[in-house]
Amino acid sequence: MTNTNSQIKLKNIAIIGNPNCGKTTLFNALTGLRQKVGNYPGVTVEKKEGKILFDDGSEINLLDLPGTYSLSANSPDEKIATDVLLGKIAKTPFPDAIICVIDASNLERNLYLLSQIIDQHFPVIVALNMIDVAERDGIKINVKELSKNLGVVIIPTVASKKNGIGELLSALRSTLSISTAARSWSLPEKIKFEHEELTSLLVANENFTHRTAYFEAQTLLSTPYSIDSFQGTYSTELLSHLKRDHDTLDALGFDRSSIFVESRYQWIKRVCDKSVTIKPKIDELSISDRIDTIVTHKVWGYVIFFSVMAIIFQTIFAWASVPMELIGGGFDWLGLQVGHIIPPGDLHDLVINGAISGVGAVVTFLPQILFLFLFLGLLEDTGYMARAAFIMDRLMGKVGLHGKSFIPLLSSFACAIPGIMSTRTIESPKDRLVTMLVAPLISCSARMPVYALMIATFIPNVSMLGIFSLAGLVLVAMYLLGLFTALLMAFIFKKFLLKGQSPAFIMELPPYRMPSLKNTILHMWERSRIFLKRAGTIILGVSIILWFLATYPKIEQGTPSEKLSHSFVGQVGHFLEPTLTPLGFDWKIGIGIVSSLLQREVFVSTMGTIYNIENGTDNSLSLREQIQKEIDPVTGLPKFTVLTAICLMVYYVLAMQCMSTIAVMRRETNGWKWPIFQFVYMSVIAYVGTFITYRVGLWIIS
Amino acid sequence: MNEITLNSLRPGECGVVENIATTDSTLKLRLLELGLLKGTSIELIRYAPLGDPIEIKIRGYRLSIRKEEAESVVISKV
Repeated sequence: MTNTNSQIKLKNIAIIGNPNCGKTTLFNALTGLRQKVGNYPGVTVEKKEGKILFDDGSEINLLDLPGTYSLSANSPDEKIATDVLLGKIAKTPFPDAIICVIDASNLERNLYLLSQIIDQHFPVIVALNMIDVAERDGIKINVKELSKNLGVVIIPTVASKKNGIGELLSALRSTLSISTAARSWSLPEKIKFEHEELTSLLVANENFTHRTAYFEAQTLLSTPYSIDSFQGTYSTELLSHLKRDHDTLDALGFDRSSIFVESRYQWIKRVCDKSVTIKPKIDELSISDRIDTIVTHKVWGYVIFFSVMAIIFQTIFAWASVPMELIGGGFDWLGLQVGHIIPPGDLHDLVINGAISGVGAVVTFLPQILFLFLFLGLLEDTGYMARAAFIMDRLMGKVGLHGKSFIPLLSSFACAIPGIMSTRTIESPKDRLVTMLVAPLISCSARMPVYALMIATFIPNVSMLGIFSLAGLVLVAMYLLGLFTALLMAFIFKKFLLKGQSPAFIMELPPYRMPSLKNTILHMWERSRIFLKRAGTIILGVSIILWFLATYPKIEQGTPSEKLSHSFVGQVGHFLEPTLTPLGFDWKIGIGIVSSLLQREVFVSTMGTIYNIENGTDNSLSLREQIQKEIDPVTGLPKFTVLTAICLMVYYVLAMQCMSTIAVMRRETNGWKWPIFQFVYMSVIAYVGTFITYRVGLWIIS
Repeated sequence: MNEITLNSLRPGECGVVENIATTDSTLKLRLLELGLLKGTSIELIRYAPLGDPIEIKIRGYRLSIRKEEAESVVISKV
């Protein structure tokens, strides 16, 4: 062990580890609630930081790096981890030391990452996590021996039970115990020589630091591509040197692409042989295996999957309705209270009808979002999510997506916001983007009031084949239309827009574990904070703008309907009428559509205002009667028909009438490009889809 | 020694990795780094209910990969 680390006080530490190694649990145990979540500049990878507080008041910043199997940067997440360790990321302090979390029950693969970190000459301390699982599996690790062979301090931990956290904290205090280990894996002589030579050339002539040169030399030596592909990146001298290296090594019969990985694994094997004994288990099938035979069964697998989903949705709707009403009531109360303070007038209107009711409408969805994240967190933590992806991958593969895209799409039936936010589990950036782009096409719960009003008003409640009601079938048809369009668009986007090979579907199936409630609750807290903060600010702005547009220019006399008709929104509705006529809509519906750009269900209350319904509640009888009774002055026929209702529903299935989703898309994609694209493409297919529906409908009627 | 590709194993059958035969260097590196090296024993646990992907066991852990990728893993059957 080389104690090159002096008595410098540690300020910034990064924590790194394989996926599923318990890194998040350990991070939470070390930092508690002292966490903040942000993004790395320019990319969509989440940056999570926390503070470790010591009894004497001193503190250390802990940076949670994305879970990664290696530093070879296969995915954006891994690239961030690598770049942080190479000091390439702006506004992210270069770590003074690393905590490397290693899953004791999966030692070999986890040690691979450690060997790469040791190579970077970082002071490192190992948290040998899930030591209890390893023991249960018959893996006995001689920690002292392992520590000696690796050259680093090892603290055995069980993060889920907080075992070893105290030891880890005191180790972090005494800087002496965090040491830089020597590189102890070795390459075959000839390669070692070429590697060292190339490393020094990179440092001497190509502006590399020792740290970056070491890795770059490995990449250059192992590349399967011809030297020509590096033209311009390096000097001609270096490239001709590299060419000679390639030729020499190839002639000696080395497989350059695997030699570095193999040499590391040989070192790992030597280390493990000395410090690990594995008792073969008598019990052939583990609990995990037994669960898997059912969960991935041809029949039971899908029965379980859809039952789990059905239960989750039932529960979300059942549990969320009470807090949703409370929040809605709370905002009404707040509006009333503020109404007493501010004298009637424009400001009164702006605050109550603009700001409070607008933000209230969005915050009402928070309970649904929270519950969805609770369940998604539990599914992820237990390991079931990976199985769901495993059994759904084939179906999703047909439209060019990944098994992991299924759950975000399914979540979007409740609300597209958690759907979009949960795409973070998809590693491939293209697959993730496509999933986010199509998620809002899935019929969310905010469309329900629109469907309900239209169906209750126009679809006769007759039964079909004795068991189904026509109304129910129409509703199902709308849901299927959304799902089908989402899959179709995903297929089109993958085929034409985001072309190119997706990274392979390689996914670990971790053993089933007891979920950690603390992790899940912290996760819910993070997500809801992001939603409230980011979405909240944009929505407040848009609510105020929409209020303004629906209020001005003002007329003093007249019914609310006349006032609305005269406002900017009304004028836009009238202005849009020529474009809406081909869809079978008039200016009144135009006003409804424009005013519900913020939130779909606003359509219902706007229609209430237009038809002069006092206190028009959702789906109220009087509104339905008014809509049914209206006569077209030109034709003398009812203005609103079954066909209009269906067209309107089709429009709402396909159109992006939700500012919160746009705000969340902006945050998740780190820019306005994709949310704007999404808004435009959905508007286009909504228009075209509704137009086709109207034309086909007219043709059927005649 | 009969060399076959990983996707032709049946559930419960074992093999030893010979090499990764693919021109996709990212895929190759990924599989190597996950521990699919020459000489590593590998067991096919199951096929997904719809026939794809497959679940394999290597170095004491479980991995799911599509058949398409499994085709590039050359193994000798045990």
